[in-house]
Amino acid sequence: MSVGTVDKPDVKKAAEPLLSKRRKKLVTDPLNDDNPITVQVLGICSALAVTVQLEPTMVMGVAVTLVVVFSNVIISLLRNLIPNRVRIIVQLAVIATLVTLVSEVLKAYYFNMYKMLSVFVGLIITNCILMGRLEAFAMGNKPYDSMLDGLGSGLGYTWIILSVAFFRELLGSGSLFGYPVFEAMGIQNFPTNGLMVTSVGAFIILGLIVWVQRTLTGYVEH
Amino acid sequence: MELFSLGVRSIFIENMIFAYFLGMCSFLAVSKKVKTASGLGMAVVFVQTITVPLNWLLLEFVLKEGALSWLSPAFATVDLSFLQFIMFIATIAALVQLVEMVIEKFSPALYGSLGIFLPLIAVNCAILGGSLFMVQKEYDFAESVVYGFSSGLGWMFAIVALAAVREKLKYSNVPAGLRGLGITFLITGLMAIAFMSFMGISI
Repeated sequence: MSVGTVDKPDVKKAAEPLLSKRRKKLVTDPLNDDNPITVQVLGICSALAVTVQLEPTMVMGVAVTLVVVFSNVIISLLRNLIPNRVRIIVQLAVIATLVTLVSEVLKAYYFNMYKMLSVFVGLIITNCILMGRLEAFAMGNKPYDSMLDGLGSGLGYTWIILSVAFFRELLGSGSLFGYPVFEAMGIQNFPTNGLMVTSVGAFIILGLIVWVQRTLTGYVEH
Repeated sequence: MELFSLGVRSIFIENMIFAYFLGMCSFLAVSKKVKTASGLGMAVVFVQTITVPLNWLLLEFVLKEGALSWLSPAFATVDLSFLQFIMFIATIAALVQLVEMVIEKFSPALYGSLGIFLPLIAVNCAILGGSLFMVQKEYDFAESVVYGFSSGLGWMFAIVALAAVREKLKYSNVPAGLRGLGITFLITGLMAIAFMSFMGISI
């Protein structure tokens, strides 16, 4: 949080290896024990809205990971220059710029996907994972560490939404990445569940995933 | 009548939470007590009713292709719509700040009850989402006022209803891993099924 006081004079200390144990933890922690969606409860909005099929989910995951990595690096580079009082608006400006870039690239090269994701590309701006990581990590750490932290959070987010989308597409449309798996296995007329395509499926699948994951990690909320 | 129908549709059928999952973060975090939930809900209705029409004006007179031609005919081909995200989020953040100051000055009692929630709203996706949907569905000014108000109201209904359920839930024995977030998702899923019954209504 506090700007400028974080950097201790660590000139004499030997340089840390590029992938030290601590740095590996930065990437692996958010994948499971400290997952942004299931443990920190951040970034749920988009997690549920785009997960009807695997393909848009994949695009969304990549987009969020890119934005969180780059905004973490940029804010971390600027962290000693940003006055504390206006930091929120600076962070929002950086995020909004990156999201605009992502959205323009999608519009130019991947128009169908842009149409399908519609407003949810823009809503990456208000994805709490981004603001959360910037506030909690990038404002007080060096660029390389911040990059790894962003990568970890992005991947943690991506694998959870991919697993939600896996079940929703499999049970709701009977396909994976648009490929009809049940017909390929020789099961004709697989009874698809219409609820999985609507918002109800998203809530219930994510609730169950949270249950399974918390039972495995032993995390209990009071 | 058109506007009334739009209002009913955005409250019940295209509910921000149950149909579009917008504003889930605060929906989950602030829904433990009915009182705080309705406080946040009121703040959302308030900000939403102002920001959606304001962003409509911004879009119509600054951002759209040719929107700047009221300044000078030379700008007729200027298209600034790629600045949409930045402008919208800046408007929302500035407005939230302004509203907070005005309320603090003129109505300390209301500030006391809403105060802490107002800053949270700047990053509530329901607010930005409302403005983006307004662009996508090409509402006119009157429609955007109605849409802003009623989508905020729908959000408020949803969070108050969930908070009421969660208050009762305190007395039940939920499996350890499901406590908190997990059970809340399942409840929201069931509530979404209930809201689906509004789907056939058209006025």
